[in-house]
Amino acid sequence: MESTKEMSVKDQVKAIAGQWRDREGNLIMILHQIQGKFGYVPREVALLLSRELDVPLATIYEVITFYNYFKLEKPGKYNIAVCMGTACYLKGASQILDAVKDLLNIDEGETTPDGMFRLDAVRCLGCCGLAPVIMINDRIYGKVKKEQVMEILAAYKKNKE
Amino acid sequence: MVKARINGITVKVPEGTTILDAAHKVQIKIPTLCKHPDLRATGACGVCIVKIKGSQKMVRACCTPLEENMEITTHDPEIVAVRRSVIELILSRHPNECLTCGRNQNCELQKLASDFGVRRESFPQYLPDIKPDTSTGTIVLEPRKCISCGRCITVCQEMQNVWALSMLERGIDTRISPAGDISLADSPCVNCGQCSAHCPTGAIFENDETAKVWQALQDENKYCIVEIAPAVRVAIGEAFGLPLGQNCTGKLYTALRRMGFEAVFDTNFGADVTIVEEAHEFVERFVHKKGALPLITSCCPAWVDFMEKFYPDMIEHFSSCKSPHQIVGVLSKTYYARKKRLDPANAYVVSVMPCTAKKYEIKRSGEMFASGHQDIDVSITTRELGRMIKQAGIDFASLPDEESDHILGEYSGAGTIFGVTGGVMEAALRTAYDYITGGKLKNIDFENVRGLAGVKEGAVPVGSHTVKVAVAHGLRNVEAVLSKVRLAKARGEEPPYHFIEVMACPGGCVGGGGQPYGVTDELRVKRGKGLYKDDEAHTMRYSHENPWVKKVYQDFLGEPLGTKAKELLHAAYKARPEYKK
Ligand code: SF4
Ligand code: SF4
Ligand code: SF4
Ligand code: FES
Repeated sequence: MESTKEMSVKDQVKAIAGQWRDREGNLIMILHQIQGKFGYVPREVALLLSRELDVPLATIYEVITFYNYFKLEKPGKYNIAVCMGTACYLKGASQILDAVKDLLNIDEGETTPDGMFRLDAVRCLGCCGLAPVIMINDRIYGKVKKEQVMEILAAYKKNKE
Repeated sequence: MVKARINGITVKVPEGTTILDAAHKVQIKIPTLCKHPDLRATGACGVCIVKIKGSQKMVRACCTPLEENMEITTHDPEIVAVRRSVIELILSRHPNECLTCGRNQNCELQKLASDFGVRRESFPQYLPDIKPDTSTGTIVLEPRKCISCGRCITVCQEMQNVWALSMLERGIDTRISPAGDISLADSPCVNCGQCSAHCPTGAIFENDETAKVWQALQDENKYCIVEIAPAVRVAIGEAFGLPLGQNCTGKLYTALRRMGFEAVFDTNFGADVTIVEEAHEFVERFVHKKGALPLITSCCPAWVDFMEKFYPDMIEHFSSCKSPHQIVGVLSKTYYARKKRLDPANAYVVSVMPCTAKKYEIKRSGEMFASGHQDIDVSITTRELGRMIKQAGIDFASLPDEESDHILGEYSGAGTIFGVTGGVMEAALRTAYDYITGGKLKNIDFENVRGLAGVKEGAVPVGSHTVKVAVAHGLRNVEAVLSKVRLAKARGEEPPYHFIEVMACPGGCVGGGGQPYGVTDELRVKRGKGLYKDDEAHTMRYSHENPWVKKVYQDFLGEPLGTKAKELLHAAYKARPEYKK
């Protein structure tokens, strides 16, 4: 088989769709593989799939958005989630969020142009005792102060190379 | 049949009947919110819960079939209290903006809150922060007001087979949106407005353009012309408590004149012209073998848009003839303006339509500017006109009847049935028969193409030929007809039909997306009957015999399908992408 690098996106999508075409529950399995390959489900791929499987795009997005597992945006190398749950909010989460936005020069739901950081504001991360909380990939930072944000991010920025 | 008891009353219904429908049979009204008579039950809201004796759980009457010997209680204090809580919960996710909402006094949620005497906010409000989508200019989506009943989704996906709308996310974040949160204008939406006609709340609403019309009517430099579509006359009365299906043509003319329009025309005149052109096209293709068969009607803009997106291979089959309101529009700014010595730049044409897609059609391509100006300046729905008449302080129900203005207001019985499924076919066959055989049909009522079956077929003897026709309405029914055409084409066989009529809305325009709320098949039939009666009441029942149509051809247009007619009355089509993004 050709290496995936040489296969066009279209061929890759076709290949994945072909494997599952006539099997039960195929859409979820296909999306699962797509996400495995691309890290998320790009719109271009969703459109291709819709044509390939003859399934309306609306159905594909209904499935993608129903399960939290599926992502529609390209993930960053480091995904920052700023908790905006009630506890964090009361303890100044929005200042933290603003600080991250300023430092990275992106808005919520965006990824830095170099693909390093993605920023999301999320509802309760479930560690209200530590409020305000941010999470970077799987690591939790609790009782974060606005001044610390630069320092925390700097550690990740260093890993760039 | 199953036999059971509801509130102690014995009821016998066919197997599979829901508790909701069975209760209706014995005059018991169970409140509903998400269920619509047109649509399968989604069971989304929980307002219709009832008790079954011997069971702990309450069940949803709209999606639970009645079973043998069941004993149902539909109303007791506990049930009413649960229903009230369900409504209060829904209200906690719905803005309290009734006073400034387009559905004020016409909203199913508001009515339930009123019926159940909800007097306080029992739960803290959580309102999603989603901006309205005004991108189409035909309908406006306001997801903040959405109660996730799912009707519009079922309408767009199953009834119309367009799949523009989807229900994204789940739980408290559930929202209606085109796939991937693009704007509706970038989605496959064909602007049929059926979602807006079925939404119980103000979450999907026609783009209200009444202010533009008032402004033009106030403008001294503007000469305001109005035309009314066939289906409007048998539905507008509903806004004023008149009997369902009553033909209000005369009252409409009076009301429009009193609102300040200087010329009151009728789209039915345009329908007669459409038939003359389209019947000529048919004869060209059928008798002289010039052009592809089947010929497919094109007077429904939502259908045209659907075809351009999903069936571009059918373009050669489409009648190039414009829809009736566009024809009245272009003739107003050319023929009529010239006669009146009126600068067409100062003529302002308003079309009143049962339809939201007409708002799109008036700018859909360069041909809609054939007069050198935008042929129709604004298109408003029956619902918008209803509000305008009320704002004008006109007591519509007691108005005397007046006549339309000459000449673009004169119509035949064939023109008026354009508003009901099968009507265009019937009108075209009457005229084509005459063109082909030179004689008159004995029975001009084509029962085969009438009624609400999703696809209607027929074979009509025309002289030595047989014309095979099909009529589809509700876009989901298109596939059954067009797949046969595609198959025959692929195999190089004779086409299965010679002439096909399609209307996007179930029932045709009488069930249009811009018509008064609360449409059901029963109401579609009543509105349709109103039009058939109007047809029968006319001595002139052939479009091509309309003397005023003949006169416009003589004085101005020349020959049907001639140079001038082609220039003003015809349009072309092109394939369009389903998704622009
Ligand atoms: S207007 Fe018609 S096509 Fe567009 S979203 Fe509504 S139901 Fe779907
Ligand atoms: S927009 Fe209207 S019809 Fe659609 S789900 Fe929301 S409330 Fe129901
Ligand atoms: S059937 Fe009539 S009301 Fe419905 S979209 Fe077509 S033209 Fe408009
Ligand atoms: S009407 Fe039955 S669940 Fe909504």
